[in-house]
Amino acid sequence: MFARTAWLVLRKDLTVEVRSLEIAYTTLFFAVACVLVFAFALVKEGKAPEDGAAGILWIAIAFAGTLALGRTFERERQSETLRALLMAPADRPAIYVGKLLGIVALLCGTEIVLVPLVAFLFQAPLFRHPFWLAVVLVCGTVGFATVGTLFSAMLVRARSRDVLLPVLLYPITVPVIIAGVRATATLLEPDAELALVRFWVALLLALDVVFLTLALWTFEPLMTD
Amino acid sequence: MPKWFMPFAALTAVMFTASPLLIANADYESTMGLVQKVFYYYLPAAWVFLISAIVCGVASARFLVSGSPRQDRLAYAAAELTVLFGAIVLVTGPLWARKAWGVWWQWDVRLTSSLMGWMVAWAYLLVRKYGGPGSDKLAAGLALFGAANVPFIYISVNYWRTIHPATSVVPTLPVDMGTALWFCVACFILLFVLLLRLRVHLEEQRTKLDALFLSLDE
Amino acid sequence: MRLALLLVLLLASPAMAQQPPPTQQDEFVPVSQLPAQDQLPAARLLIAAYAFVWLAVFAYVGSVGRRLTQVQHEVERLEADIKRGSRT
Repeated sequence: MFARTAWLVLRKDLTVEVRSLEIAYTTLFFAVACVLVFAFALVKEGKAPEDGAAGILWIAIAFAGTLALGRTFERERQSETLRALLMAPADRPAIYVGKLLGIVALLCGTEIVLVPLVAFLFQAPLFRHPFWLAVVLVCGTVGFATVGTLFSAMLVRARSRDVLLPVLLYPITVPVIIAGVRATATLLEPDAELALVRFWVALLLALDVVFLTLALWTFEPLMTD
Repeated sequence: MPKWFMPFAALTAVMFTASPLLIANADYESTMGLVQKVFYYYLPAAWVFLISAIVCGVASARFLVSGSPRQDRLAYAAAELTVLFGAIVLVTGPLWARKAWGVWWQWDVRLTSSLMGWMVAWAYLLVRKYGGPGSDKLAAGLALFGAANVPFIYISVNYWRTIHPATSVVPTLPVDMGTALWFCVACFILLFVLLLRLRVHLEEQRTKLDALFLSLDE
Repeated sequence: MRLALLLVLLLASPAMAQQPPPTQQDEFVPVSQLPAQDQLPAARLLIAAYAFVWLAVFAYVGSVGRRLTQVQHEVERLEADIKRGSRT
């Protein structure tokens, strides 16, 4: 029942999104613009900074993620569909998981475009360990999206919601970003220590578990009016 | 204000006035010399910063579960105190570090996660002030995540190689340094309780004001 | 005597430290590999630190007191209004 509800919510989000692709395109464009701004700002004498790629990739993901979260829940607010969802006889945490999976899918789609772009612009050997890179990106994205979905859903009815989302989100997700950047940076080194990468991935997984547990606990009481 | 408040305040004031004497009497630390004496206010402030974040988190959890306005007032007050004591830590720490480590700031685990914890407390206050209706629950959710950060801040310095001293320092302090430290810890905890009570009193008066406004409309 | 003990511990710890500076402290005696810096007036930093603590606490108490008097005035004003309102 739980899985079915989550799947239905996810399918609804994907169907709505595929019809117009509005959020996908705008988020993607924003992420690319972000990377380009960094490229222009940090390039000196035609060469990009050596270790910039990991940080820039994750900053672009964080900014694009915030935008995507804001837009997704803005859509829910417009027709009061979030309230309708909450009134449905479905497990609240299942609704949360469905929305979370939608955001993760959107962000992963963005990353599929971002990673080659960053690799190209900053001459970073991001594809040397594709499996580990994918693991790091997925774990980090899930951690970021977990907190983001919770806070965006809570902010739907608040004032100043666009400004408050970054204010709430970034301090909490800093450990996720740090772990993601450090793991990616380690992967980019000429002889990457996979043991160190495994350590950062373990930390990311621990953070994901903690955040997901907290979010599942608090989604129900936070969404009641 | 409750009856114990004024005697408590008087006691705290006396203890704080006595603290410089104890601090001056404590031994000089062998390599850091005079500047190490910042430690006697810095460490209790850091502990109260962490305790305050935990109090905020626990009160927020209880508020989310029971909806009790008393827990909400307590959480709001504790968040403000987290910002206050966090500011003290983040200013006195670098002042000490400038002399002891040669740098104002280092991006190691303890400092970074403390800074993030402090920002979470600021975010709490911003949400309460500008969030509009429903912001009390929103902020409570945020405070839970902030409180989950606290154990991480404390034990991080034992697992990562950083420039910041490990938690094994305090139990191994010599006697006169230890006395001065624990005395200041007592001062700061009393101060925390006092400030918390004072701030909760302000929230109670605000609730009373809101109730009066509502009754005026009837 | 105590100082001598501290110095012995100080000399023993570099042997255990393997990593390059800056190293972590296990006792409250830092490793002597700390870089030497120009003589910064430690007293000035110390005084600044303590002064900040006092200022911050008093500023906060002042802020709470100010907000409290504001709210209390509002409460008194409202109570007077209600009493006047209920009399008519």
